[in-house]
Amino acid sequence: MKLHTISINNLKRRKAKMAFLTIGLMVGIATIVTLVTLTRSMSSDIERKMDEFGANILITPQSNGLSMNYGGISLGGVTFDQREILENDLAKIKTIANHKNISAVSPKVLGGITINTHNVMLVGVHFDSELKMKQWWKVFGNEPKTDDDLLLGTDAAKVLNVSPGDKLEIKGQQFNVAGVLEQTGSQDDSLVFASLGKAQKLLGKEGKITLAEVAALCSGCPIGDMVTQIAEKIPDAKVSAIQQVVEGRLKALDQFKRFSYAMAGVVVFIGSLIVFVTMMGSVNERTTEIGVFRAIGFRKSHIMRIILLEAALVSLLAGFLGYAVGMGGAKLALPFMAESKNAHLIWDSTVAFGSIGLALTLGLLASLYPALHASKMDPTEALRAL
Amino acid sequence: MALIEIKNVKKQYTSGDDVVEALRGVDISIEAGEFITIMGQSGSGKSTLLSVLGGMNHPTTGEIEMAGVKLYQLPGEKLADFRAQNLGFVFQSFNLITYLTAIENVMLPLAIVKMSNQAKKSAARQALERVGLGDKLDRLPNQLSGGEQERVAIARAIVNNPHILLADEPTGNLDSKTSEEVMALFRELNDAGQTVVMVTHNPENGAYSDRTISLKDGMVLGQA
Repeated sequence: MKLHTISINNLKRRKAKMAFLTIGLMVGIATIVTLVTLTRSMSSDIERKMDEFGANILITPQSNGLSMNYGGISLGGVTFDQREILENDLAKIKTIANHKNISAVSPKVLGGITINTHNVMLVGVHFDSELKMKQWWKVFGNEPKTDDDLLLGTDAAKVLNVSPGDKLEIKGQQFNVAGVLEQTGSQDDSLVFASLGKAQKLLGKEGKITLAEVAALCSGCPIGDMVTQIAEKIPDAKVSAIQQVVEGRLKALDQFKRFSYAMAGVVVFIGSLIVFVTMMGSVNERTTEIGVFRAIGFRKSHIMRIILLEAALVSLLAGFLGYAVGMGGAKLALPFMAESKNAHLIWDSTVAFGSIGLALTLGLLASLYPALHASKMDPTEALRAL
Repeated sequence: MALIEIKNVKKQYTSGDDVVEALRGVDISIEAGEFITIMGQSGSGKSTLLSVLGGMNHPTTGEIEMAGVKLYQLPGEKLADFRAQNLGFVFQSFNLITYLTAIENVMLPLAIVKMSNQAKKSAARQALERVGLGDKLDRLPNQLSGGEQERVAIARAIVNNPHILLADEPTGNLDSKTSEEVMALFRELNDAGQTVVMVTHNPENGAYSDRTISLKDGMVLGQA
C-alpha cells in the first residue's frame, strides 16, 4: 500500500465518474488534434495547389537600365544579348539555409531566333521542372522528353503552321514538335520552348541563363529570408519575391492557422473547466475521506499527491484516447473539408506527444486548485460528518 | 508523568455574532495503559475534546501534552506526523474508504510509512486477525456488516501500534449485541496494554473502562 495505490483504486472503483472526466478531457484533446491535423493537412493541400500557380521568387541579372517584361512581370535589366547568369551558379541555391523549402528551380535562357522567316522568341527550359511548376499548362500531343523536342505556344504553332508530330528546322537542325500548349492567355502562347542545353547552343549562350524561377512554399515559409539568402549566394543576380503571390499564399495559410488556434484556445478553456469542475466536485464529495486521511496522519503534500496522481492518470488516458479519436475525426472530416480529393492526412509525432503532453498539463493545472483545496481541508470534517 | 496531560483547555467557536464555548477549562490527566470513557449528553463538548486531544483542533487556550510532547507547539506538518506515529482513530461511522478492501483500509496509515509492501500486508493481516476478521481481508466495506466494518476501523486504528487509541462513539451505529462484542474487543486491547480514550453517551460502555469522565456544558462534571 502506497499513496498511488489509493489513487489507482479510486479510479478503478469509481469508473463512471472517472469515465466522465476522461471523456470530458478526451473530447477537448480530440477536438484540438482534429483541428490541428485538419489545418495542417488542408494547409499542405493548399500549398500543393498553390504550387500550381508557379514561381514566387525570380532570379534575373542585375539591371543595366533596359527593361523587358515576362508574363507581365518586370525582369529588370534584361536584354536578349546583354548579361546572363552562369548556369553553374544555380547550384548554389540548393545550399541556402532554407533549401528544404524549395520545391522547384526552373532556369531559362531567352533569345530571338528566326524559324521559317518568322522571328520568334526561343525559350530554353528544363522541361521537367517547367512542367512541374506550370501545372496549368495543357499540352496537345506529347510532353517534350528529348533534347530534339520542342513545345510551342498556341500562337507560335499557328504562325509557324505546325502541329504535334511535325518537324521544324532551326539553324539547320531538325526538331520534333512534341506538343502544343492550349491557349494560356499569357506570353507563353507566342513562345517556342526547347531544352535548355539546345537553346543555349542555338543562341550561343552555352552555360548561361537569362533568368530562373524558383517555387518555394510551405506554411510560414520565410520567402523574404530566402530571397536574401539566394542574393548572398549569387551576388551578380537580382533576386526578387513575387510579392502578390507570396502574400496571398501566406495569408490563406495564416487564416487557417488563426482559426485553428482560436478554436483550440476555446476548447482548451472548456476542457480545463470540465476537469476543474469535476475534480472540485470529486474533492468536495470526498471531504470525509480526506478528513480521515488527515486524521490518520497524512500530510497536506500526501493529499495533493493522491489528487494530482489521479488527475495525471486520467489525463494521460484522455491524451492517448484524444489523439486516437482526434486523428480518426480528422480522417473522416478531411475529405469534406479539403479543396481537393487528393488531400493527405498528416501523421505527426509532434501532434501525438503534444496532445498527450497538453492533456497532462491541462489535467494537472486544472486539478491544482482542487488538490490544494483538499490538502487544506480541516481534519475535523471527518469527525463532524459523523 | 502521565501519558496525556490536558491543562485548562478552552475551545470557543464563533457562529455569526455568537460565541459558543465548547470547552470551558478542562483539566484531565491520563496514565499509560488506562481505558478512559468520556461521557456526556449531546453538546457537552466530548467530541470537541476528542478532536483537540487528537491534534486536529487547536484549543483556544490551554495546553495538551502527550508522551512528553506539547502537541500544539509542533510546527507545521509535524502535528500530522505525530498523529501518524502516536494516535489511532476509530470513528462513529467507521469512515472506511469505500473503494479499498478491508486489508487496504487497514494498511492506509502505513501508506506513508517507509516499509516493504510485504511488511505492510503482514501487519494489516495481523491487525485484522486480532479483531477476528482474518478471513475477510479482501472484502469491500459494503460487503461487510456494521460490526465487521467497526472491527476493520479498529484494526486500522491499531495497525501502527499507536500510543493512544481514540474512539468517538464506536458503538453509535451498532445493535446492542454487536456493541457488546466491540466493547469487549476494546477491553481486550486495553488488557494487552493499549491506552484507550473513548467518547460515548452510552452508560453501559462505561462499565468496560477503568475510569469515566463526565462532561457537561464543556466542563468536567466528575470522574469515577
